[in-house]
Amino acid sequence: MKTLVVYLMAMPDTPELAQAAVEAGADVIEVGFPFSDPLADGPVIRRAGERALAAGMRTARCLEVLAEMRARVSVPLVLMTYSSIFDAHGWARLESEARAAGATSFIVVDLPADERPELRRVQLVAPTSTDERLRLAASTTDGWLYLVTVTGTTGARTDLAPSLAPLASRTRIVSDVPLYAGFGISKPEHARAAAELVDGIVVGSRAVEAAEQGPAELARFVGSLRGALDALAVA
Amino acid sequence: MTRTYGAYGGRYVPETLIPALDELETTWAELRDDDSFRAELHHLATTYAGRPTPLTRVERFAPAQRMYLKREDLLHTGAHKLNNALGQAVIARRLGKTRIIAETGAGQHGVATATVCARFGLECIVYMGSEDMRRQAPNVERMNLLGAEVRPVEFGTRTLKEATSEAIRDWIANVDTTYYLIGSCVGPAPYPEVVRELQRVIGREARDQILQVEGRLPDTVVACVGGGSNAIGMFYDFIGDEDVRLIGVEAAGAASLGTGRPGVLHGARSSLLADDDGQIMDAHSISAGLDYPGVGPEHAQLRDSGRAEYVPCTDDEALEAFHRLCATEGIVPALESSHALARAVDCRDELILVCLSGRGDKDLAEVLGQPRGSA
Repeated sequence: MKTLVVYLMAMPDTPELAQAAVEAGADVIEVGFPFSDPLADGPVIRRAGERALAAGMRTARCLEVLAEMRARVSVPLVLMTYSSIFDAHGWARLESEARAAGATSFIVVDLPADERPELRRVQLVAPTSTDERLRLAASTTDGWLYLVTVTGTTGARTDLAPSLAPLASRTRIVSDVPLYAGFGISKPEHARAAAELVDGIVVGSRAVEAAEQGPAELARFVGSLRGALDALAVA
Repeated sequence: MTRTYGAYGGRYVPETLIPALDELETTWAELRDDDSFRAELHHLATTYAGRPTPLTRVERFAPAQRMYLKREDLLHTGAHKLNNALGQAVIARRLGKTRIIAETGAGQHGVATATVCARFGLECIVYMGSEDMRRQAPNVERMNLLGAEVRPVEFGTRTLKEATSEAIRDWIANVDTTYYLIGSCVGPAPYPEVVRELQRVIGREARDQILQVEGRLPDTVVACVGGGSNAIGMFYDFIGDEDVRLIGVEAAGAASLGTGRPGVLHGARSSLLADDDGQIMDAHSISAGLDYPGVGPEHAQLRDSGRAEYVPCTDDEALEAFHRLCATEGIVPALESSHALARAVDCRDELILVCLSGRGDKDLAEVLGQPRGSA
């Protein structure tokens, strides 16, 4: 079974959306706490963050939404955000409050593996990462390693990046942690192709767009990815 | 190699960029003490950029003081930014990069980058907020003339903050071929150190020059602070001179050091205009070059240690100083530098050195569009 990770931006209706995504087959939910200057994100997630901030989704409110999500779903919930949000709230304080609200782990997009090692989190690696960086990230990561498929920001792409295959094989050589690939995965064909290389996939921008159209559309989209991954398992 | 400045600095960037920062750090460590690199910079500075820049006594502007201006406005392209752009272009060439990206606020760093790219035959793309393109239109035309592509940034504040984010996004996507020529002493390590070292020539020259003309060190050194590159360049060689006061002047609506709090923006931890949740707030200044909610991490450390003081200056005060320097000395200062001039004249000390970081031709439309007020 390949793991399906779905990213949702924290909004008042995210608990309902998370439930729809899980019922449609999502195994892990990443919940984004918005930041005003998201330099690793493409236009879709940047705009979703702008809307979330305009809707008042500051850290305290995001933590409430996280707790409401936890009340509805039992899958792992990963808080994904930027360093500024942690730094302002207090690194240890946000970690403990988020865990109390139901977060199982963290992803800090602009925090490379050697900064703030005391925060146990899912590490990211990229096609540009050296073998030494892959080893460092794999040895400190929390449960699985996030493979950024492209040299670029988040957002849908036409094709799965050819850089994923060499990144996945280089990482397999240095570590046996599960590898989930994300950035640029937006269609069932991408999901299938990526899942032949790695243990799971992460879908962000396209999931955010589907979520904007409501739980039914999100469930339809997540279901199509689940179907693609499960067909692979049967084949 | 310095990656942190007390509790500030660091490398808060996506993993994708870490190998490029490591490569830059390694190359920089080799180059900074390399004689051939220094000789190349010196040759460019003296035969192309116009160094050393003079020191000018301004008796009519400041009749009650002995005030000297360090004339970075006379540097080629009209501001201190060229010191940094030339040095980083040489580094980029040694790294084998052929595509250069930059962010710009007032346009001075964009012009300096476009200039060195023309000189060295490098592709140049400059990100600039559309609001800044409006208020600094002559610099947009200059960049185009120099062969650079200016890409407007149409979201958020449409100023330097978003332009910097877009430049970093471009760098993330094109890091294999592209050198990010950052314009101030901000960003992830090693950039704050690289930029400081390339701008130190300002203070090194000014210190020698004032010793020569006055026979002693100044009581006070004043510079404007946006990201802080002219100020760190001016201050650095005076830090060991304990009796010399160092005063950084921030725009009152963009006082990252005066009213800011610790936070993380554009790859470094520093003092920022941010709210309790870490969301970055908008800065406001008549001067596009100071209109930035962050500042170089080394300034945050100098503030905390008390070695430098940082004071605010309003738009109106800067405009008044702008007009007065024009009328009394025949020098048109940049609006950014006008902030330093405004606080320098309040200073009670006798011997004052001010960094005139740039010339104000680019600001004429903005200044002439303002009511004259009390000036």
